[in-house]
Amino acid sequence: MIEVAIHTLVIAGLIASALMVFYFRDLLAATLAAGFFSFLISVEFYILQAPDVAISQAAIGAGLTTAIFIIAIRATSRYEGGQP
Amino acid sequence: MRMSKIVRTGANLLYPFVLIFGLYVIMHGHLTPGGGFQGGAVVATGVALVIVAYSFEEVTSMIKKVGMKARESIGLLLFIGAGVAALAAGAPFFSNILANSGLLFGQTVPAGPNPGDLNTAGVIPIMNVAVGIEVWGGLAIIVLYMLSSIPEEGS
Repeated sequence: MIEVAIHTLVIAGLIASALMVFYFRDLLAATLAAGFFSFLISVEFYILQAPDVAISQAAIGAGLTTAIFIIAIRATSRYEGGQP
Repeated sequence: MRMSKIVRTGANLLYPFVLIFGLYVIMHGHLTPGGGFQGGAVVATGVALVIVAYSFEEVTSMIKKVGMKARESIGLLLFIGAGVAALAAGAPFFSNILANSGLLFGQTVPAGPNPGDLNTAGVIPIMNVAVGIEVWGGLAIIVLYMLSSIPEEGS
């Protein structure tokens, strides 16, 4: 019962953070939402008893990819262009 | 876009702890989940934290391109050296000559359920350390080269 509840919470958080990535105009906030998505994926891997993959996902997905996106935002502009 | 003082102080504070945790994952690779690649990725995340928090001129006093390139080369040389050492001892390539020998990492694994002994498994921890050092240098230098191409800030 408690496992079903945790699964439901994690999957709801995944959908919510993916929608946040889509709707944010502030690219730094969108990047942090993508990092949170990666962190929730890592929690899901841990629940499914793959701790090896969970460590990889937390380090690469939530850490290095977010760092690379932040450096790219530093080199360009912070807000999305086009319509305001 | 210059990072705030909170970000820079937090990065300075967290950097040694992330480094120690990554080295722990590398060193216990043959006992617990994780191994060379995972631990190296954790260490590279700590390096990337510092790289994100500072500008390129400030970060080159802490993290140098030459050091990261040297780590990558040393890791690869150590990995292939572990294979050639088995060949030199008269065993097949990458054979585990150190297991159960009483030398470095050479203890016999005790029978039955036990928490695990660090001093076992022969060549495997040496390969984990090699892969960990190599991934540390390789992933850190990707982020460092991305940062080095940013034009001068302040305009």
